[in-house]
Amino acid sequence: MNAHRADVVIVGGGIMGAATAFFLRKRGVSVILLERGLIGQQASGVNFGNTRRMGRPVEQLPLSNRSRESWLKFKELFGEDVELLLNGQLRVGFTPAHEERMAKYAQEAQDFGLGMQMLSANALHERFPYLGPELTAGCYAPYEGHANPRLAAPAIGRAAVREGAQVFENTEIVRVEKEGEDFRVTAADGRIFRAPVALITAGAWGNRISAKFGEPVPMIAKAPQMCVTEPVPYAIGPTTGALADAPEQSVYFRQVARGNIIIGGGGHELVDLDNRRAYVNPSRTLLTLKNAPRVMPAFNHLSIIRVWSGIEGYMEDSRPVMGPSARVPGLYYAFGFSGEGFQLGPGVGDVMAELIHTGATTTPIEHYHIGRFAKLAAQPA
Amino acid sequence: MAQPRVIIVGAGPSGVRCAETLVAAGLRPTVIDENRRDGGQIYRRQPDNFTRPYAKLYGTEAGRAQSLHESFDALRDKVDYLPETLAWNIFDNKLHVVRNEVSSAMPYDALIICSGATDRLMPVKGWHYAGTYSLGASQIALKAQACAIGRQIVFLGTGPLLYLVASQYIKAGANVAAVLDTSPLMRRVMALPKLLARPSVLLNGLGLVAGIKRAGVPVLTGITPVEIKGESESGVQSVLIRDSRGNERSFQCDAVAMGYHLRPETQLADLARCAFRFEQETRQWLPEVDEDGRSSVPGVYLAGDGMRVLGADAAEIGGRLAAMAVLTDLRLKVSDEELQGLRAEQASMERFRQGLAQAFPWPAEQAAQLPDEAIVCRCEAITAGELRHVVCGMGAQEANRAKAFSRVGMGRCQGRYCGHAGAEVIAHAAGVPVEQVGRLRGQAPVKPLSIAVREEQE
Ligand SMILES: Cc1cc2nc3c(=O)[nH]c(=O)nc-3n(C[C@H](O)[C@H](O)[C@H](O)COP(=O)(O)OP(=O)(O)OC[C@H]3O[C@@H](n4cnc5c(N)ncnc54)[C@H](O)[C@@H]3O)c2cc1C
Ligand SMILES: Cc1cc2nc3c(=O)[nH]c(=O)nc-3n(C[C@H](O)[C@H](O)[C@H](O)COP(=O)(O)OP(=O)(O)OC[C@H]3O[C@@H](n4cnc5c(N)ncnc54)[C@H](O)[C@@H]3O)c2cc1C
Repeated sequence: MNAHRADVVIVGGGIMGAATAFFLRKRGVSVILLERGLIGQQASGVNFGNTRRMGRPVEQLPLSNRSRESWLKFKELFGEDVELLLNGQLRVGFTPAHEERMAKYAQEAQDFGLGMQMLSANALHERFPYLGPELTAGCYAPYEGHANPRLAAPAIGRAAVREGAQVFENTEIVRVEKEGEDFRVTAADGRIFRAPVALITAGAWGNRISAKFGEPVPMIAKAPQMCVTEPVPYAIGPTTGALADAPEQSVYFRQVARGNIIIGGGGHELVDLDNRRAYVNPSRTLLTLKNAPRVMPAFNHLSIIRVWSGIEGYMEDSRPVMGPSARVPGLYYAFGFSGEGFQLGPGVGDVMAELIHTGATTTPIEHYHIGRFAKLAAQPA
Repeated sequence: MAQPRVIIVGAGPSGVRCAETLVAAGLRPTVIDENRRDGGQIYRRQPDNFTRPYAKLYGTEAGRAQSLHESFDALRDKVDYLPETLAWNIFDNKLHVVRNEVSSAMPYDALIICSGATDRLMPVKGWHYAGTYSLGASQIALKAQACAIGRQIVFLGTGPLLYLVASQYIKAGANVAAVLDTSPLMRRVMALPKLLARPSVLLNGLGLVAGIKRAGVPVLTGITPVEIKGESESGVQSVLIRDSRGNERSFQCDAVAMGYHLRPETQLADLARCAFRFEQETRQWLPEVDEDGRSSVPGVYLAGDGMRVLGADAAEIGGRLAAMAVLTDLRLKVSDEELQGLRAEQASMERFRQGLAQAFPWPAEQAAQLPDEAIVCRCEAITAGELRHVVCGMGAQEANRAKAFSRVGMGRCQGRYCGHAGAEVIAHAAGVPVEQVGRLRGQAPVKPLSIAVREEQE
């Protein structure tokens, strides 16, 4: 069989893989993108859709800001509208400790252009009168927004195709090996793809490939729990997230242009990685339904019409793996983004393309190098 | 062994007969139904303060209705009956039910889903105008509330229910403008051998058609719906069709009752992770079951129209068969003779069902010909043109992908009403067989769930 060839082969067509393929083409690099299902069908297509920067670790803000530039010109860059709404982001808290956390973050991240404003209880309730009386403080970031995840990664994938990327959907990769100067990538049906550079953007499944190259990472797959109300007249401005003392207690919500309100929270479920299914536990749904009206009492007058979830890889240190392999020349990784990878997607693609093309990047990503887990590989199994 | 925990969802003919059989074997099942009273769809009981006699309410089926109601009345202290209770989710061998905004999780050893069917709908241009109802809704208005859906009514679609509800309206004194059937008469003739599996039901049906004609109501077969004309303010004004000779004809009306036979309510089976199979004859996905209603998931059983649409009499048989399957699996005794008898009866009903599918086919080609501006998904107001765009312009050839891109099936009904037609539109636009388009994944809740709901405190 004739092997497909390119300068770079990418395994995994979520937002990370699709965006990298796009930006590599912009740099004139030939690229093959391989996806087991359809582009953007996993985490990238089912997430909550928040493109906020506020709340991210400070070390991630340069990358997040780089990504924001792409989001702001999404249509121009990728050719399609993905319902980006820039209505700001609001964090709210119930206790003095929450207020302290928000204030501390506002202080630490003040140089990154988020425009955060701390709001006292009075200011909060005056400005957002629909909020519940238990809330005692807030932090508002006016430039943040959200977009439609069902549309975004597929749109980037189509843009990559228009730029000349070879995209293969329904192509499950069963082996990635180094063979001489090349990577030889084998699909379940026997097709073979070759390139001198390989990038692994396989999301929650990334560890399965990195481990084969002697670079296992401590990652577990989890499923955040989502639900959505019927459409109602547009009334909520900013995407809102309440601070919580335990993951189960968390609640966040945004109203899409169509009027439905998407609510996330209630903690995570474990997932079935082999069957690629993430389930919603009804107890978690009920927990969210109990907690959401504490943030916005009017929720009690609405109904939810659908629940869903998605599969994410959670790293032990909550940081993704991004950058070159520590062991294999020509091999790169960008996976294990949890909770916040949707916003980062275009930026990660931009940075990985720059790194692969030029050998360096202007955006700091050293925190994410896979070498930090090298001792794991050294330990006997 | 402790009493096995057996839950039946649905108190229609299948659920009631299932409960009866289980009680006779010494079990105490829990019976859950979202309605206020038992009886299910066909034998829906009227509100307490209504006093219409059985004969008036149920016509030829009065005897069966009364028998079912009496059976259930006699079971009342031998089962745990939870009316006005919605089963909204299944997870980890627990059924999640909600009643008066309190949700509880009910563990089960056996779950029998007797969830019945709803109308199967094919869009037509203009069906979003006020005054367009499903056949089922039209019948419920009449049965439960004793009101008609309009002053002058067109019945449009196909299947036995089209004639049944039309004649019920005529009997109730309503003005029926026409009965317009998309199935050509020839199909009925060809299906005769199979339909003869139940001669009395067949005769009954022929009698209905004759009665409608005697009442002076035009009955047209082999028609093609063109458009429901109307205005957003005043609603439906007329129905435009092409008759079997290809001539356009218009019928004045202020209401349309529309339906293309029925489709099983399968979300619970889906949430229980039962396997589904595609059935060519009716062009739809059905839960996989064995002869007695065992699904692919141990401990989960299906009976009645919620399994496949065999009708009310078969639902009673199916309920008994599923109960016997439960008893067998719990290693309790069942009468083999009775089992064989029920299976044989069910087999003849299955033959009749195939006859109906042949006589009154689902008009898939209509979805293909739907004009671009016609609405497919009424909840989200998505047109056929928009759906075709995501297929042809964005490469969505699979049902869930097309839903993600277009919102078809994302509204309040969660695709229960637009799913089948949507799949046909996608299949035609993509040039693939409809089974390749797949089916919309079932997602909880089964019906909208109030955010005010709270978990039951132990
Ligand atoms: C429910 C939920 C809510 C979230 N909310 C937000 C949010 O509001 N904001 C935010 O910024 N982030 C959010 N996230 C996180 C974000 O969605 C992810 O971090 C991001 O989408 C990860 O993108 P990815 O491309 O790495 O992974 P994915 O989208 O999972 O893509 C990886 C792809 O690799 C493919 N693949 C894996 N193995 C193979 C193989 N062997 N062969 C071929 N293909 C393979 C998979 O099929 C998959 O399509 C949320 C995530 C979830 C699940
Ligand atoms: C609109 C309509 C009109 C019909 N009219 C006729 C007719 O006139 N003549 C005729 O011969 N046949 C008619 N049929 C067919 C006939 O109703 C069925 O064959 C028969 O009722 C099937 O019995 P069943 O027990 O399977 O389901 P059903 O009688 O439909 O009973 C199902 C029960 O389950 C309950 N249920 C379903 N899901 C849930 C849930 N998630 N939680 C709680 N409860 C639930 C429902 O409330 C319902 O009471 C009609 C069907 C429909 C849909």
